[in-house]
Amino acid sequence: MGLFDSLLGRSTPPEANLDALFAVPQAALSLQADGFTPTGSGAVCYRPTEGGAFSGTEDEIEKLVATGGGPRIERSVDRFGFRWLTVTRTDTDISGLVTDLHAINSSLADAGFGSALLCSTVIFHTSEQKPFALVYLYKRGTFYPFAPLADDRRDNALELQVRGVVGKDVTVESDLSKWLAIWGAPGLG
Amino acid sequence: MARTRFRSDSGLTLRMGGVSLGLGALYVAFGALLLTQTSLGAFGIVIVLGLAWGQWYFSDSLALKSMGAKIVEPEQAPELHAMIDRLCALADMPKPRVAVAVTDMPNAFATGRTPKHSSVCVTTGIMQRLDADELEGVLAHELSHVANRDVTVMTVASSLGLLAGFITRWGMYAGNIFGSRNNKNSGAVFLVVFLVSMVVYFVSFILTRALSRYRELSADRSGAYLTGRPSKLSSALVKISGEMARIPNKDLREGQAISAFFFAPAINREAIGALMSTHPPLQQRLDQLAAVSAELSEQG
Repeated sequence: MGLFDSLLGRSTPPEANLDALFAVPQAALSLQADGFTPTGSGAVCYRPTEGGAFSGTEDEIEKLVATGGGPRIERSVDRFGFRWLTVTRTDTDISGLVTDLHAINSSLADAGFGSALLCSTVIFHTSEQKPFALVYLYKRGTFYPFAPLADDRRDNALELQVRGVVGKDVTVESDLSKWLAIWGAPGLG
Repeated sequence: MARTRFRSDSGLTLRMGGVSLGLGALYVAFGALLLTQTSLGAFGIVIVLGLAWGQWYFSDSLALKSMGAKIVEPEQAPELHAMIDRLCALADMPKPRVAVAVTDMPNAFATGRTPKHSSVCVTTGIMQRLDADELEGVLAHELSHVANRDVTVMTVASSLGLLAGFITRWGMYAGNIFGSRNNKNSGAVFLVVFLVSMVVYFVSFILTRALSRYRELSADRSGAYLTGRPSKLSSALVKISGEMARIPNKDLREGQAISAFFFAPAINREAIGALMSTHPPLQQRLDQLAAVSAELSEQG
């Protein structure tokens, strides 16, 4: 968004960066080497747009991803009105999961709703079976870890540990204030 | 190739550009007159630009103080912060400071010199009256003001108009300041400067108000595209204007001073007609939001 656009009052929601998501399998390998396990579950979070075009696109996406005995796909809404499409694969194949997530976000972008994409999560477990997510921010093209505890608190120590592990594989969001808390995200307890 | 559904309103952009060019030309002419024809015109310009700069630089703390608003931390208003966090992540913009004013008047405003030094303020009245989706629509509108740098634009737009206003009001008492460079025709030159100031003041007032209305429409538009729910913003507007009409005039005017970013403190606010208003009529805003909504539901 240029200065000129903002001066003319035309500031638009930025488009999503979709491709960086394909760096996740590499990060998953590093995490596995450190004792974290992928759960085979991940989600795309977006702001539902009103109107028929958007709900039509959503229906098509579910059909597309779930074809031919594909992964389980679930729709849910969090308390802020954002929609989560959760994909769960039984084979915990991270590359396959990323392909499914990419199918969702690229379908939304192709239909003109790329600016509605907020983030994607890929869920991992610690060795004590505590869940945490590697979160991808579509607008910034960066990743950060999110590890919720009870009562809307975050396990910052675990988050910083994960940042160190995946730092070489993916672009980690350097501005800590952008590490958005995604309370109520599916798969995170 | 991903496509975007955002369409900027070229008519609106054109009108905004026209108004800005008109103001620019007016100010250049007025400034030239003051610099060439009067002895202390340059002094006046420097003072007014200094005042305008101060108003711009301290805009957020000034506005928050005048509304009695307090900055709230995430622990004090977790839901409000979370809502703004998500909108800022969607829009990829720095998060402004969040403030709450304890007053029953339903209102919200954004101030600050740059997106990094800005604040968004909501009143307790608006939080009680709107549901979460409507409040989100209002916040998206305010964040669009921040992204569009409306405080900067309106400060610049009103700067020399302010000086014209001062000369119109106080010039009679300080005629010699704006008198001629050579003392021969002092009276005649002052009369010309005085009359020109009056005209500049009036024209710039009408133009800045028009610019303010266009920027409200822009913020509605950008905000609606950000949340993807123009209808929620519409219902918030209907609720608030219904409530606003029942509030006594004094409060209503205070609210307008805030929403106009204090751009002309010397303005006499008694005649508020369509031309003078800082905000477009409700119906025009609703019509635009309905058009955005129709556009978002287009198939294919």
